[in-house]
Amino acid sequence: MICSGFFVTSGEVEFCSANPILKYTQDDLSQRGVFGTLFCTNFRVTFISDEKPQEKTDKTFKNKLYGENDIPLMCVDHIYGVYDEKRKLITGGLVKNKYPSKMIIHCKDLRVFQFSLTFSKEEDAKKIFQGIAHHCLEEKSLKCVFAFSYMGTPSPEMQWKQETVMFDSPEDWTQEMKRTKANCRLVTENENFELSQRLPKYFVIPLTIGDLFSYQGKGLPIWCWSHYSGCALFKASFPPVTQEDGDFQKHLDTMINAVAHNHLYSVKTEDLSESLPNIQDIQQSYNKFKQFFLIENSTDFWLSDVKWFSSLESSGWLDIIRQCLQKAVEVVECLEKDNTNVLITEEEGTDLCCVISSLAQIMLDPYYRTLMGFQSLVQKEWVAGCHAFLDRCNHLHQKDKEYHSPVFLLFLECVWQLVHQHSPAFQFSETYLTVLSDSVHVPVFSTFLFNSSHHRESVMKAESPLAQSGPLSCPTVWDWSVQFDSKAQNFFFNPLYLEKVKHDRAVRKPHKPKHQRNLSLPSTAFKTPPKKGFFKDETDSLKKMLRVKRLSRWRGSPDAPAATTREFFESWQHRPLDYHGLLLPCLDGPAVHIWMQRYLRWIPEVYILGGGSVAVMTKLMELLSQVQDLKRVLEQRDSSQAAKLDHRPYFQHRLLSFDSSGRLSSSFPFAYTCYRSFKPIIPTGLMQSLMVTDSLASQEDEASSVVSFV
Amino acid sequence: MEESGSVDSVESLCSSTTTRSDRSSGPRVSDTELRSKAKAVEKVYKDPSKDELPLLPEELVQDSAKDVTYICPFIGPVRGSLTVTNYRLFFRCTDREPVFGLDLPLGGLSRVEKIGAASSRGDVSYGVVCKDMRNLRFVHKEPEDSLKKSVFEVLMKFAFPVSNNMSLFAFEYKQVFPENGWKVYDPLAEYKRQGLPNESWRISKVNDHYELCDSYPATLFVPVTITDEELRRVSSFRAKGRIPVLSWIHPESQAAVVRASQTMVGQNGRRCKEDEKLLQAIMDANAQSHKLFIFDARPSVNAAANKMKGGGFESEDAYQNAELVFLDIHNIHVMRESLRKLKDVVYPNIEESHWLSNLESTHWLEHIKLILAGALRIADKVESGKTSVVVHCSDGWDRTPQLTSLALIMLDSHYRTIRGFQILLEKEWLSFGHRFQQRVGHGDKNHTDADRSPIFLQFIDCVWQMTRQFPAAFEFNEYFLITILDHLYSCLFGTFLCNSEQQRLKEEVPKRTVSLWSFVNSQLEEFVNPLYVHYPSHVLFPTVGIRHLQLWVSYYIRWNPRMRPQEPVHQRYKELLAKRAELQKRVEELQREAANRMASSSSERAGSPTRSITPVQTFV
Repeated sequence: MICSGFFVTSGEVEFCSANPILKYTQDDLSQRGVFGTLFCTNFRVTFISDEKPQEKTDKTFKNKLYGENDIPLMCVDHIYGVYDEKRKLITGGLVKNKYPSKMIIHCKDLRVFQFSLTFSKEEDAKKIFQGIAHHCLEEKSLKCVFAFSYMGTPSPEMQWKQETVMFDSPEDWTQEMKRTKANCRLVTENENFELSQRLPKYFVIPLTIGDLFSYQGKGLPIWCWSHYSGCALFKASFPPVTQEDGDFQKHLDTMINAVAHNHLYSVKTEDLSESLPNIQDIQQSYNKFKQFFLIENSTDFWLSDVKWFSSLESSGWLDIIRQCLQKAVEVVECLEKDNTNVLITEEEGTDLCCVISSLAQIMLDPYYRTLMGFQSLVQKEWVAGCHAFLDRCNHLHQKDKEYHSPVFLLFLECVWQLVHQHSPAFQFSETYLTVLSDSVHVPVFSTFLFNSSHHRESVMKAESPLAQSGPLSCPTVWDWSVQFDSKAQNFFFNPLYLEKVKHDRAVRKPHKPKHQRNLSLPSTAFKTPPKKGFFKDETDSLKKMLRVKRLSRWRGSPDAPAATTREFFESWQHRPLDYHGLLLPCLDGPAVHIWMQRYLRWIPEVYILGGGSVAVMTKLMELLSQVQDLKRVLEQRDSSQAAKLDHRPYFQHRLLSFDSSGRLSSSFPFAYTCYRSFKPIIPTGLMQSLMVTDSLASQEDEASSVVSFV
Repeated sequence: MEESGSVDSVESLCSSTTTRSDRSSGPRVSDTELRSKAKAVEKVYKDPSKDELPLLPEELVQDSAKDVTYICPFIGPVRGSLTVTNYRLFFRCTDREPVFGLDLPLGGLSRVEKIGAASSRGDVSYGVVCKDMRNLRFVHKEPEDSLKKSVFEVLMKFAFPVSNNMSLFAFEYKQVFPENGWKVYDPLAEYKRQGLPNESWRISKVNDHYELCDSYPATLFVPVTITDEELRRVSSFRAKGRIPVLSWIHPESQAAVVRASQTMVGQNGRRCKEDEKLLQAIMDANAQSHKLFIFDARPSVNAAANKMKGGGFESEDAYQNAELVFLDIHNIHVMRESLRKLKDVVYPNIEESHWLSNLESTHWLEHIKLILAGALRIADKVESGKTSVVVHCSDGWDRTPQLTSLALIMLDSHYRTIRGFQILLEKEWLSFGHRFQQRVGHGDKNHTDADRSPIFLQFIDCVWQMTRQFPAAFEFNEYFLITILDHLYSCLFGTFLCNSEQQRLKEEVPKRTVSLWSFVNSQLEEFVNPLYVHYPSHVLFPTVGIRHLQLWVSYYIRWNPRMRPQEPVHQRYKELLAKRAELQKRVEELQREAANRMASSSSERAGSPTRSITPVQTFV
C-alpha cells in the first residue's frame, strides 16, 4: 500500500508495486544500493526507500511534481534488462517471457536508474517489470496521458498569464503587430479551422493576399516578425512543386509576390528542407549524442573519456546546432543588413521553420531575451504555431519512428549557445532552459501535448464534458508554480543580465544604417543566368514583375553564403557590443560548446565540488540581492520615490540559503553531493589511452642521447 | 585583436603581444603611467611616417623600413612600416581604419627566414615563426644597394642575440619599479610558513655551494635522521645528483611531498642503502602513515627502458613499505610534437567541420588530463591518505615540477594567491632547476633544438584549467597567466633566464636584470580576479575528465580576431561591486542625515535597516 503522504500529485493511481527492490547508487563502483519499494502509477515510476529519509540539507531547488527517485512515464527513454550478465533492450516481445535480474532505465532527462529485481518475490518482480514496460513502452492513446487525470489546483495567482503572451486571441496578435510596427493582416477566418487544421487559429499574412482558401492554405506566408525598417520574416509550408502542377506554381508565385509587396518589393526565399538536416537526421544525431551522457558506471565513463572529442564529432549534433545558428544568422543578415523580406519554407512549415524564425527573432529583438518575451516567443512560434509536439516528442510511444525528432530541444540547444556566448543579454539562465527541456516530458502540461491548435481545441473540447469535475485543468508549462516554489524560481533568472537602461533608447537608432539601396544592383543583374544558389532564385516572371532587389553574391558557389555571413559577423563584431541590440553567435569550432549543465548534471565523475559556474553565479546572486536590498533601503528612506517600487515579481527576496562555504557541487541545483564524501575522482584505465606514440615517446629527455631530431 | 586594438599595444609594456580589446579584466595601465610611476626617462623614436614609437629605457632602434607588406592571414596583405629595435619588432600601417599594428618582443621569435627567391619585381618574402602560436609573413623589396643590409637581416641578428654573441635585452633593460621582485621568494621564510624546520625535518647546508647538485637550490630540507654524508652517497645514486628533498609538508598530518630524480638502478639492479634509509626516514617523519607512495611520472615502459641507460626506478624489494605508481606522462619530445600539431590545427584558420577530431588528434588535452590526473593522485594521497609521497621522473626537472606544483596548488591555498603563485614558481620551477634556457631557447637561433619543449606552458595550461573549474578559488586572473607566458619568451625580465639557481647567481641575473614580479607586483590590480574568495583550508580536487577540459582559446587562438574572448562575468561583478559601494555610501549618508535630524529633534535612536546587510569583503 502506498501511504497517504505519497501522492504529491492528485489524480494519481497506483498500477503495481514490488518490494524489496534494490536501487543501485549510481556513483558507486562497488554496486551497493538501497532497498525499497518500486511503484508504477499512471504518472510515474517511483522508488521509495525503506530507509528512513536522512536529514537532508534543505533543497532549494525541488520539483514539486516529481523527486529524484521519480520518473514520469513520459520521461522514460529506454529500458534495458540484464539477463545472465547480458544487457538487452526491452521491447514488447521480451516482456512476455522472462523478467530480468536487473532493470536499467534511461530517462529523457538523461538520468540513469538501475534496479535489481532479484530480491523480491518472483511474481512481484515479474509484475512490476511487465507493468513498467507496458506503461512506459507500449503505444497508448492520448487519453491515457496523466494530464487528463491530473487534478492539480490551478495556480491562484496566475502570475504567468499576466505577462506571457499566449497568442490564442486576436488581441495578442494585434498587439504583437503593433509592437513590431508590422503592416500585415490578421486572419480570423480560421477560427473554427475551416480553412485548415494545420494552420493556427489566428495568424497574420501579408496585406496583399486576397484568396485565402485555395490549396487549403498551403503556401500561405505566415508572418513571424517585422524589422523596424519595415521588412519582415515569414514562414510557409511549401511542398515541393511537381512540374505538372502549373497552377500551384502560380499560386506560390502569388504568395512570394505578396511577401515582396510587404516592403520595397524585395524577397528572399529559403527552402530549409534543402539546406538543413531533416528531422530524421536530427533524431539520429541526437540518439548518438545522448548515449555519451547515459553513463552507467565509472568504467564506462573513463573509457568513453578517451575518445571524447571524436565521438562527439561523429554524432554530428554540435554541427547541426551550428548549421541552424548559421542559417538564422543568414536570415538576420537579410533583414538587418539588406532590409529584405525573408520567406522561409519547408514541407510542413512547423519544424525547422520554427527553429530558424525563433532564433532569428532572439538575435534581433531583445524583448525575446527576457523571460516573458522568450515564453511568448515559444507560444507564438511553437505552440500557437502548430509545432507537432505530440508526434515529435513521441509521448505516446508510437512505433513509427518517422515522426519523432527532438526539434524543440534542438532549438533550446541553439538558444543555450547564445546564452553561453552572450549571457548579459539574457534575462533567463541556463537553468531555466534545462528545466524547460525537462518539462517537455512531464505529462501534466498542455503546452507540449498536442500536434496543432486544432488538435488542442478538439481534444480539450471533447474532454471537458466527459470529465465530470468540470473543465480540463491542464496547466501550461509557464505556470512555473506547479513545479517550483518562488524561491526555486529565482534560479531561472540570470544574475549577469544587464537590464536595459531606459534613457539610452534614443542612442540606439541613429547609428543604424539606412536601407542599403546602394547594394542592390541595377537591372542588368537579371541577365545573369539563374543558378541554383543558396537562396533560390524566383521565377523569371516574378523578377520582371517586381523590381526585386538581389545581390549577385547570392548566386555564387555554395560556399559563398558562409563567407558573406562571416563578413557580416566580423563587421558586427567590430562594433561595440550592445546587449540590447543585434546579437550574433560565433560559430567557429572552439566557440560551440556542449550544454554541460544539461548533459553532465547526473554524472558524479564530473562533479566539481566547490567549483563550476555555480560558484560564480551564487556569488553574483548574493551580490545582486545586496544591491537590491540597498536600493530598497534607499527607496524606503526617500519618500518621494516610494511610489516606484520594484515591479518584478520574482526578483524580490533573492537571498538564497546557500552553503556559504562555497562548497556546492558544480551540478547544483540539479544534483547534490551530500551523499558523497569529499574525495577526488581518480580516473581509471588511463593506460588504455589510445594515444599513438611513436619513436618520440621512447626518446630520452636529454637531447644528448638523441642522435638528431628535426 | 590584432587589428582592432593594435594601436594600444604600442603604448603598453605589459603583455606586449596582447591588446586591450582582448580583455575586459579592467583598463590596462598604459606604459606612460608605468613610466611615470617608475620615474624613468623615456625616449620617443620619430618614425619617418611621424608615428611615435615609445621606447623602453635602453631600447634602441636598429633599423626600419617603409613599404613592407605584412600578409595577415585574417585580413589579407597590409602595407606599412617595419621597425626593429634591440627589443622588439614593430609594424604599423596607418592607411587603414582601424590603424593596424604589430608589436612583438624579439624574444618571442623562434625562427626568421627568407622564403624562396626574389620575385621579378625584386620582392622577397620572409617568414617569422613565433613561440606564441603564430607565424608572420612579410614581403619586402630587397635594397637596391647590395651593401645595405635588409631590415630582416638586422632582425635576424637582434632576434637571436645569444647566437650572435650579444647579450639578451633583459641585461640592458634598467626599469626601476616600486617593488623589487627578486625579493619575493625567500626560501627560509617559505619553509618557515610551512612550520619548518621541525623535529623531523632539518635544513641541510650540503648544497650551499652547489657542490652536491648544481641544478638544485642551496637550501634543502631533509629528514633529521639523515646525515650530510649519507646525502652525498644518495646523490651518486640519483640522476644528476638530484636527491629526494622536501617540497611541502601538510600542516596537520605532516605528510610530505618530496621530489627527486630517478634512481640509477641500471640493468643490474644496483641498490643504495643510504637512499633506502632516506626514503624510510621520509616515511617515518610522518607518524600518520606506515606507507610511502613513490610516483614515477613516466609510463612504466619508458621507466623500464631507462634501466638500459643506467637509470630506472625503485624496486619494491629494496624499498619496503613503499608503493610505486607510474603516472604515464610522456616526455618532452612528445609534448613538443603535440603542441606543434595544435598550432597546425588552430593557426591561422580553424577547420570547422573537423575541429573536434583535429583537436583530439593533437593529444594536447589528453596530456593535460594525464598531468592533472597525476597531480590529483598525489594530492589525494597526501590529503585523504595522510601519506607522504616521493615524486620523480627521469631527471626530476620537467614532469616532476609540473606534478609537485600542481599538487601544491590543490593542497595549499597560499599558492593560489598572486604572491603565493610567484613563490611556487620561484621554488618548484626556478630554484629546483627547470631548464628554462634550454626548454625555451632564449635568444638562440637553433629552432630545431630537441631540448626545446613547452613543459612550462603545459603547466600554466593546467593551472588555467583549474581556474576554470574553480573560478573563485584563485586570486589571479587569466591575464596574469598570459602575462607570465608572454614574458617567458620576451627576455625583458630576468626571471626565466638560465637553467638553474647556480647559473643565475653566476650570471648575476638578480643584480643585472629586472624581475617579472617587480613589474607584476607594481600593478597588482591588473591581475586580480574580482571573484576571488579566500578559503584558507580548502583543498581543490579538480575533475580531470576530458569533458571538463577545454582548449585555452584565449591563449592558443588569441590571434584569430573571430575568437574574441569575453569575460562578462568579471565585468558584471565589478560593476555590481561598484554599484553596491555607491549604494552603501548613499545609505550611510542618508543614515547620517537622519541621525542628525533625529538627534536635533529627539534623543531617540533610529533603527538602522542597513545593519542587517553584512558587509562582504571585497577583493577589488
